[in-house]
Amino acid sequence: MKKEFQIISELIENNKRVLDVGCGDGTLMKHLKDNKNIDTRGLEISKNNVQLCISKSLSVIEGNAERDLQQFPDLSFDYAILSQTLQAFYNPEKVIDDLLRVANKAIVTIPNFGYWKVRLHLLLKGTMPITKNLPDEWYNTPNLHMCTIKDFYNFCSKKNIELYKSIALNGEKTSQINKINLNIKNLYSELGIFLIQK
Amino acid sequence: MNVKENIKTIIVKKPLKLDCGKTINNYHLAYETYGTLNEKKDNAILVFHALSGDQFVSGTNPITNKSGWWSYAVGPDKAIDTNKFFVICANVIGGCMGSYGPNSIDPITNKTVGTNFPVITINDMVNAQYNLLEFFKIDKLFSVTGGSMGGMQVLQFVANFPDKTKTAIPIACTASHSAQNIALNELGRQAIMADKNWNNGNYFNTGSSPNNGLAVARMAAHITYLSKKSLEDKFGRKLQERDDLKFSFDADFQIESYLRHQGNAFVDRFDANSYLYITRAMDYFDLVKQYKGNLSDAFKGSKVKFFIISFTSDWLYPTPENKEIVIALNAAGADVGFIEITSDKGHDSFLLDVPDFLKSVKNFIEANY
Repeated sequence: MKKEFQIISELIENNKRVLDVGCGDGTLMKHLKDNKNIDTRGLEISKNNVQLCISKSLSVIEGNAERDLQQFPDLSFDYAILSQTLQAFYNPEKVIDDLLRVANKAIVTIPNFGYWKVRLHLLLKGTMPITKNLPDEWYNTPNLHMCTIKDFYNFCSKKNIELYKSIALNGEKTSQINKINLNIKNLYSELGIFLIQK
Repeated sequence: MNVKENIKTIIVKKPLKLDCGKTINNYHLAYETYGTLNEKKDNAILVFHALSGDQFVSGTNPITNKSGWWSYAVGPDKAIDTNKFFVICANVIGGCMGSYGPNSIDPITNKTVGTNFPVITINDMVNAQYNLLEFFKIDKLFSVTGGSMGGMQVLQFVANFPDKTKTAIPIACTASHSAQNIALNELGRQAIMADKNWNNGNYFNTGSSPNNGLAVARMAAHITYLSKKSLEDKFGRKLQERDDLKFSFDADFQIESYLRHQGNAFVDRFDANSYLYITRAMDYFDLVKQYKGNLSDAFKGSKVKFFIISFTSDWLYPTPENKEIVIALNAAGADVGFIEITSDKGHDSFLLDVPDFLKSVKNFIEANY
């Protein structure tokens, strides 16, 4: 299991109720279910991935977060997870609102557009950056709203969203993000992982 | 005709109070089983049939000599693997394949029941079939499943008996029959009742049945089970055994010939009064109303694991209606998975060889057993 999922898993206590939005093939859900006795539900847009999840006995609903999060009642989960998908929504702000409505807390991870390799790519090559976390060309990327760690950090304070934990991930190395080291982490991290609450 | 010898039947002694207020007892319930009930009795799956179905799910139907209606999904090594699971299916009450219905003989008058048969509901059908659990001494089913009206019975079963099944797979159905559904059923009923042979339902001793009316009802219904694309792909404007139009009302087009065949084949195996009663039961089905406007209450506290399946080209019970059930289950905090299968084959997809659908059912069942 990838490092990102390990960190997310460590942020969640045992026996909780978790909604994994964009749960993919269910790797994280299965880990949470098997190792932490967590009651998991998934929302996934790809039919193939839903099939994979069903074959792992995971309860996953085929759907789109922007349309289908509405169906969940307020605070029906302890945690909602959104892994590297926020940038693909038409209205990321509304999705964050919905996550924090259906769950007490949300764990949001973002591929950091402020990472130095991304910046350097644009600076030197003058073309849209392509990296490990951002593998698509500008014309076929699903990413509509790229942001940086700093952007998301500022977004939370602007919207009065409480940042419980902000973790930077660079390769396998993790570190805490805070107000003081924000600019450095924004430059040196590939991924930001945020535990938030409204 | 000795074919009825091939029909297994239990006689239910326990009185059943119907939604219409009447009570029935000592009524017949015809059923069929596939596979073997294991020692722990935890491998039983109750399948509910749709409007025109019967208890003969798989293998060869001994009455029609055709394949069982769900042969693609149920059988050895199939999605519902009868090497592992014990599949039970009963003919619904109101049906015409051995269960108590309008073509049963009233033991007191020795006459066919006809339209003296009470108007029944999906709830009544499910409550009648519940007796099979007692008969087989099964405390808890592994699953209940069915498509279309079978899916409605699944929902009703789980609402009525939440502790009696581990999983539930309602397929291509709805929690509440829509105006469009009712309209289409009414069309079929009017076709039957407009046939002079129907004779207010008393046609058993007249020597002629309302076959024309029933055939037209079946033709109209059959169109609703297909999709525009499947009709286009299969028939288009192809002509039936002729090179050009005949300028007559014969079946010039293949689609006409096909529908006529569907209608004629249906009257051989189905009773017109049963068609009236069963479509009425479907129209009366409104689980939302049963739970006073809140469908979630039907599943409150349910421990059943649900898997809802719909089809992209199903316009009879379209995806949004299936999703209403998903939403209600989520609102109740129930355990639910959902997938919309891509298929051009319309509502009938659940009966046909649609590999993605069959794979989903198999994956869900095997992963949860």
